[in-house]
Amino acid sequence: MQIQTTSDDHRIAKLAAFAIALHMVEALLPSPLPGVKPGIANIVTLYVLLRYNFATAAWVSILRVFASSLLLGQFLSPTFALSLSGAILSLGVLGLAVHLPKRYFGAVSLSILAAFAHIGGQLLVVRLWLIPHASVAYLIPVFALAALVFGLINGLITAQLINKHQRHDQ
Amino acid sequence: MFASFTQIKNSITHLRIGDWLVIAISSVLVVYLFQHLWSHEHAAKVQIRVGDKVHATYDLNLARHVQVTGALGEAVIHIAHGKARFAKSPCHNQYCVHQGWLNHSGQAAICLPNQISLELIGEKKPYDTLNY
Repeated sequence: MQIQTTSDDHRIAKLAAFAIALHMVEALLPSPLPGVKPGIANIVTLYVLLRYNFATAAWVSILRVFASSLLLGQFLSPTFALSLSGAILSLGVLGLAVHLPKRYFGAVSLSILAAFAHIGGQLLVVRLWLIPHASVAYLIPVFALAALVFGLINGLITAQLINKHQRHDQ
Repeated sequence: MFASFTQIKNSITHLRIGDWLVIAISSVLVVYLFQHLWSHEHAAKVQIRVGDKVHATYDLNLARHVQVTGALGEAVIHIAHGKARFAKSPCHNQYCVHQGWLNHSGQAAICLPNQISLELIGEKKPYDTLNY
């Protein structure tokens, strides 16, 4: 039996593989605080969203979360739950933010909004399930600062990639 | 794939007005979060120390005037409405009195000459000790 695949499937697979590779690289980097990570794999999600469409970006992001957790041996662990809730919430925000007028809002806006949604999703899981008392509140400012800084950097990289690509097309 | 540093600088110049708006609002949010979630907990109690011993711990919600005898003489501490202060002190420079009301947990007024200190503590102490 052979599954018929379309060129869309191939594209999603390729891009997801790339996102997974970035996720793996990041897993090797030491983190100053559990949960504070640059999230460079999100560059791929953003790039795909701006270059293709929301559905492709959602596929790439969710596939990346599942495959990476399998590769790192974290499938269905709290780490996986954090990763998935962050990805789902930031996809939700991206799905809305992509309708913002393109003239005024570029990749950087999307990236920062998605980064904040990401920590929002993670903190929700932490608060509701992992550490159900208020002491998490102390960490929120640190996470928010990380979201701003890394969201900005990832956004700038994505903007650069999109620019480069557009110049290629012309 | 990765853009170089100059390319990143180049893309900063391409930021649109909405991007700057998002950056500004997020920055304000981050500052707000730091201000509100970091050690601005209102204190519940005041701990009075004389020398290296805890003299007494009082609830901040019960108004009272406390007289404490330190190394130089008698100091008066006022407690009212969740706040505490040195009202009178026999010390020379009166730094402790000028510090005024304290109301956040972790705040402290220390009168070195008279060897009396006030420390405000919340429901839980934010730290065990401070070293200078």
